[in-house]
Amino acid sequence: MEKHELEILKLVEDNGRLGVPAIAKMVDRKEEEVQAVLNKLEKENVIVSYAAVVNWSKVEEQEGVTAMIDVKVTPQRGVGFDEVAERIYRFPEVKALYLVSGAYDLSVVIDGKTMSEIAGFVSEKLSTLESVISTTTHFRLKTYKHDGVVFEDGEDDDKRIVVSP
Amino acid sequence: MSTPSVRKTNRLSDAVQHIQPSGIRRFFDMASTMDDVISLGVGEPDFVTPWNVREASIDSMERGYTAYTANPGIPELRQEISKYLNERFETPYDPEREIIVTAGASEAIDIAVRSTVNPGEEVIIVEPGFVSYAPVVSLAGGTPVSIGTKKENEFKLTKEELEAAVTPNTKAVMISFPNNPTGAVMTKEELEPLVDVIERHDLLVFSDEIYAELSYDNEHCSLAALPGMKDRTILISGFSKAFAMTGWRLGFVCAPADITAAMLKIHQYILMCASTPAQFGALEALRSGRDDVERMITSYKQRRNYIVKSFAEIGLSCHVPGGAFYAFPSIESTGMNSEQFAEGLLKEEHVAVVPGGVFGEGGEGHIRCSYATSMESLETALDRMGRFLRRHSS
Repeated sequence: MEKHELEILKLVEDNGRLGVPAIAKMVDRKEEEVQAVLNKLEKENVIVSYAAVVNWSKVEEQEGVTAMIDVKVTPQRGVGFDEVAERIYRFPEVKALYLVSGAYDLSVVIDGKTMSEIAGFVSEKLSTLESVISTTTHFRLKTYKHDGVVFEDGEDDDKRIVVSP
Repeated sequence: MSTPSVRKTNRLSDAVQHIQPSGIRRFFDMASTMDDVISLGVGEPDFVTPWNVREASIDSMERGYTAYTANPGIPELRQEISKYLNERFETPYDPEREIIVTAGASEAIDIAVRSTVNPGEEVIIVEPGFVSYAPVVSLAGGTPVSIGTKKENEFKLTKEELEAAVTPNTKAVMISFPNNPTGAVMTKEELEPLVDVIERHDLLVFSDEIYAELSYDNEHCSLAALPGMKDRTILISGFSKAFAMTGWRLGFVCAPADITAAMLKIHQYILMCASTPAQFGALEALRSGRDDVERMITSYKQRRNYIVKSFAEIGLSCHVPGGAFYAFPSIESTGMNSEQFAEGLLKEEHVAVVPGGVFGEGGEGHIRCSYATSMESLETALDRMGRFLRRHSS
């Protein structure tokens, strides 16, 4: 990847709301060039999506429940873990899915409205998959930091005096 | 028994009465009373000190390193400063005899001047420049002599300007590139002609290179790295800008051994040593690699590009500042002076900038805009400035 493409990619990863005109000025390129880079990166699925990082715990009655589930599975001849992974990530409540090294194989992140909703998903949908051997469910109690963003501590508040030499 | 009378007249020294309070103060007071001010008036990074540096300082306190250090600073830190300066700017200094760790570059400026300037001797101050140079020279009994660099030279110092300011009483010249407030930088080729003038008149040089890392288009060239210059240069720098450590008050000064020994005498009487926890933080800053510094430099450069191009769009003429985190556009086309412009902009649009006049000769007709603030703030500030200019265009 070329240097300016990488620079643009890092800018939008950090702040998805930066407009093309601002990015163009920042990287010292024409707006059309920046747009072309973004189009290309989107087409190649390098930029997969633009989204806000939301702290749902601040929204009344929308707090929800998130669980991280460690799943052990039996890999299948020919397709390894991919087939069972696909059967899991197609569920819309699955927020993230990773193949990991270590004591288990798949790490599943689930969003639900209540704990019982998540329990239902695990017992009825996940555990019943043929190649799933075992599951361990961890409910998330509090988010301190997500996607590189600290949620609560106010470190980013500007503490500088307003005019200084 | 009557109370002894308290002296009412002549309580203050002539020296302190002779210097003026900084012109920035008035704008600070005005801006502080207003809500929703977007400030482009801040002379410091908008990054918080990287966590590993803060953590190292906390750890040093937990382990009980709370006593004085050696007067010139902890030996490991001086060694790291020496290594850093040599690798980064080709300026080798002996950590034992040529480096003092100071309470910010500000202390370094003071002890450098007081160690070398006698009453009646002149110090040429290259302006627009940092607000403390001339007062520090005055307090030391010296006579500050201003040179105003020019917009048409992109605020670089020319050898003709320097030559014209030299008199038989000139002892030294105070130079700072990359420059606060203009953002001007000087390349090796641009500095070289000055060397001839400096050598011919046997001048000392105070080179404040606190913004050295923040050079965006060319590698910074230190005056002390030019042939023959190390022996007559006092190099001033610190951790505030490149390492985002302003509030730690930690700088350093490097000079030939005889001058360093003289500065150390003042330093040990007025300060004893720089803050111990701050020194441990700085040690980590130098040992932990350049990732954080590079990340911050990239971000400043992007915002530099943004603000200069945006000024052009709203009709403010601005040279491309090669370093520091300031843009210094001309506001002469508005017919206002820099105080009027800054005050009007603050009152009408709640955007704080610093009038160029407070930075000395050559600053009038310009405003200093710090772009060390978030892109969201910059975009809003530029919208407001555009509106202000349209309202006042004749």
